[in-house]
Amino acid sequence: MERKWGILLALPAMIGLVMFTVVPVIASFFFSITDWRIGNEMTVIGFDNYKTILTNDPTFTKSLYVTTYYSLFSVPICLAIAFMIAFLLNQKVRGLSVFRTIFYLPTIVPSIASTMLWLWLFNPDFGLLNSILESLGLPESRWIYDEATAIPSIVLMSTWSVGNTVIIFLAGLQAVPAHLYEAVEVDGGSAWRKFYHITIPSMTPTIFFNLVMMIIGSFQAFNQAYVMTQGGPNNSTLFYVYYLFRTAFTETKIGYASALAWILFVIVMTLTFIIFQTSKKWVHYEGSNK
Amino acid sequence: MSDVSVIVRSKRQVTALGFIKKPARLVTYFILIIGSLLMIMPLVWLLRSSLMDNAQIFIFPPQWIPDPFQWSNYPEALTTVPFGTYFLNTMTIEVFVLAGVLVTSVITAYSLARLRWAGRNVVFAGVLGSMMLPSAVTIIPLFILWRELNALDSLLPLIVPAWFGGGAYIGQGAFQIFLLRQFFMSIPKELDEAAYMDGGTPLTVLWRVVIPLSTPALIVVGIFTFIDVWNNFLEPVLYLNSEENFTLALGLATFKGLYNAQWGYLMAASMAMVAPIILLFFIGQRYFIEGITLTGIKG
Repeated sequence: MERKWGILLALPAMIGLVMFTVVPVIASFFFSITDWRIGNEMTVIGFDNYKTILTNDPTFTKSLYVTTYYSLFSVPICLAIAFMIAFLLNQKVRGLSVFRTIFYLPTIVPSIASTMLWLWLFNPDFGLLNSILESLGLPESRWIYDEATAIPSIVLMSTWSVGNTVIIFLAGLQAVPAHLYEAVEVDGGSAWRKFYHITIPSMTPTIFFNLVMMIIGSFQAFNQAYVMTQGGPNNSTLFYVYYLFRTAFTETKIGYASALAWILFVIVMTLTFIIFQTSKKWVHYEGSNK
Repeated sequence: MSDVSVIVRSKRQVTALGFIKKPARLVTYFILIIGSLLMIMPLVWLLRSSLMDNAQIFIFPPQWIPDPFQWSNYPEALTTVPFGTYFLNTMTIEVFVLAGVLVTSVITAYSLARLRWAGRNVVFAGVLGSMMLPSAVTIIPLFILWRELNALDSLLPLIVPAWFGGGAYIGQGAFQIFLLRQFFMSIPKELDEAAYMDGGTPLTVLWRVVIPLSTPALIVVGIFTFIDVWNNFLEPVLYLNSEENFTLALGLATFKGLYNAQWGYLMAASMAMVAPIILLFFIGQRYFIEGITLTGIKG
């Protein structure tokens, strides 16, 4: 009976998994070895798309560079800021729930609304950011409208919505066993020793989880380019997924875009694999290393 | 461990956790307050801009309090393009997706968590895998699929997957199934046995035992799904062409193209989209925190 019901109840999801994940993944790979454009005949051309992308597509190189730059820049900063906020919130502060609400609030703002808002904050002439810079006597910036500052600006914007990460860190910090801190206290250890020898090692699984999620997320940045910059200026914010989207749905080069998608897939998988491998060296799971 | 020692330990825990000493405590509050102000400032800026006319918006240095309050921004911004239609479309999607997600993620999670059958581990692995899969890989074939089914420019591509464990957008359904599965596994199995003794089927157990004990988790799933539908942008951009089918998110993006420098209108329209979510957040706050913690830590 369990078997019958088990299969029956999981059936919709199994159909969904096949229809909306497995078949599309296979189809995507098949498209990637064709020269298909919507409206044209489809010819299988082997790995030509991949060859072109990897050897002769400056836009691909640029978008990969932009995305990597964004990822390398935003992930550590967001991770560090979120950790710091969570750490401070964990110091038995009064009004914890008020602070927690405030730090989480930006995260629930719909991304389309927050890109709209930041577009206005970045406005070089009347935006909030430049008026703050000016009131501090600092030189103004062109923010997302300047090639050099466009990505850093988008990183700044991403630090605004680290709420999820903060909450996950906070929960992790609250779960650090108190007796570990006591042990350091008994030995006369300083606050710094507690932080370095207890907090950080106990938090490595949580840091690891957030790190993986953030890297995967950062490689899929799209809205900022679509709504704010259209990839500009001079392709400085041409995020990978935005390039892929444009290739597939503006230029209707389905085959070529599918190959782009598979390259992204391989990159994300490789990164995840590498992080998982190195994690054995720095992630301490409770029970395994005590 | 005896009860007494548990109490002693939990008391100690309270002293041990906050290990930063007094002077540092002031610094802690200082950083938290500055941080909070920085976090809240863009939202205040959004609100104040939404209540200003162009003359006030383009004053330098900027003012924080609108004078006078330009309330008319709201009706004007929300009627120049059919936001009412966008709202109805979004709510239609909300209703069907919420129903679909709640039904399919509950039965799937229940099957994966509490019923033994060959192949369930394969299905669970598939669910987890689809969570890691970049949506960029599936989005092109899905577009082609809906195109072949003649369903482009309708709400179907945004609704149907939810009824097959697909959630509010690509990859999101897996997250809901995963969350519920974790929750269902924590319910004691003995409760099932009792229901089976009375001649119940797995469906009775689900309905009489599991669902009543899982209300918080279901609310979490409901809230997150609602927000994901509300915020979803990529798929409406992909599937919807004509204005009468637009969602709020898509409508807002289009509105931006039409009223490029009308920041008062743009901010009023954005605020109108943010406000319901903030309201929902304040109503369901503890479920938010629980939900993120549940998936984050056990993940």
